[in-house]
Amino acid sequence: MSTAVVKLGVGNTASVMFALERLGVEAVLTEDPARIAAAERVILPGVGAAAHAMSLIDARGLRDVLRAYKQPLLGICLGQQLLYESSEEGDATGLGLLPGRVRRIEARDLIIPHMGWSALSIERSHALLEGVQTGDYVYFVHSYICPLGDATLASSEYGERFSAVVGKDNVFGCQFHPERSGAVGARIIENFLRLPC
Amino acid sequence: MPARRIIPCLDVKGGRVVKGVRFEGHTDAGDPVELALRYRDGGADEIVIYDITASAEQRTVDYDWLARVARALDVPLCVAGGIRTLEQAIACLEHGADKVSVNSPALERPELITEIADAAGSQCVVVGVDSRKIDGEWQTFQYTGDASTIRRTPRLMLDWIVEAQERGAGEVVLNCMDQDGVRDGYDIPQLAAARERLTIPLIASGGAGAARHFPEVFAGADVSGALAASIFHFNRVSIAEAKAASRAAGFEVR
Repeated sequence: MSTAVVKLGVGNTASVMFALERLGVEAVLTEDPARIAAAERVILPGVGAAAHAMSLIDARGLRDVLRAYKQPLLGICLGQQLLYESSEEGDATGLGLLPGRVRRIEARDLIIPHMGWSALSIERSHALLEGVQTGDYVYFVHSYICPLGDATLASSEYGERFSAVVGKDNVFGCQFHPERSGAVGARIIENFLRLPC
Repeated sequence: MPARRIIPCLDVKGGRVVKGVRFEGHTDAGDPVELALRYRDGGADEIVIYDITASAEQRTVDYDWLARVARALDVPLCVAGGIRTLEQAIACLEHGADKVSVNSPALERPELITEIADAAGSQCVVVGVDSRKIDGEWQTFQYTGDASTIRRTPRLMLDWIVEAQERGAGEVVLNCMDQDGVRDGYDIPQLAAARERLTIPLIASGGAGAARHFPEVFAGADVSGALAASIFHFNRVSIAEAKAASRAAGFEVR
């Protein structure tokens, strides 16, 4: 039993693995449904576009595994967006673990993607955000946003407010990259790893 | 707008960071991991590592030191130097880079931008552009790492950055060669013209020589970030000083 990081296609999952390594955590990078189902915790990093990522999830038989997973699950960046019912990006159907639809940043005069360090606003206290405060900066790279809702634990703003950290039951997400967000990001990953199973 | 990014660039040669001004001698400045972490501790919002001799030596980034830096670093890491195929770009990402910066090879084969963007996402693809004004127009240059290999291309900077964006680039780093090493401030007219053409983030490069040059380029060209190498290496200005000057001028910094 350890932490499983879901391997989806190409991309920089290495930085997530390195972040776990820095925290002294044993983790496996895998696409094997059995190993993922049996893991103590699962991290779903996302790279690329929503529709493509969901097709990889389906091709590996992971949709039902992730939907049925009852231990702590953390989606990062696109991984958070995949937790929702659907996304405008390629009109993708998501995992449906959180209600709502992911939309493109509606931007007149805004630079897209939202790339860089933006401040968090804590919306609801939660063990995942212990030691993290409103005004703490984290590193974002995204063109689509998750709606505000009951699951919103922290928000950020780019043209409009959106969900930066979400949590509902065993399902969590960060729109930003905690693995590249310095001490604040490391703290959030550490908090996730300490959540009761 | 997120906080304006201050980005130190480490020039690496033979696995060591070197400091110097282009076309002049380089001196050893230490281990890439140590320096990357020192800049991280100093407030760097991102680190760019540039394998300065890769392109001229017709090889790609050295994955050994890349993985060593990526393993230790917890802020975004962009690598540049001799990345000319999709396989090399993916290898960089798999060794822990968050973004790859392509420059000369993209000018030779612009499809490279689309190939990387399709496989790994636009957010991973930075297009670096070396440009200088000749006969009243900003012209692009290739292989600028060495005086013997540098050459002008037929493409105009303003056309090329738009093409790069259309082909899937997620960010442009515009290195203004006329200012490079002069320490007289960024090339604000050129950067402002580039900013006007793009909808993706633009990073300024070339010319930083004082803390005030950072707020000046944010005000004058509205860039998302500013990259600098020698002023940080030679401790002329610290990242903290660059940020303090930007903050005092009303710009959000981390």
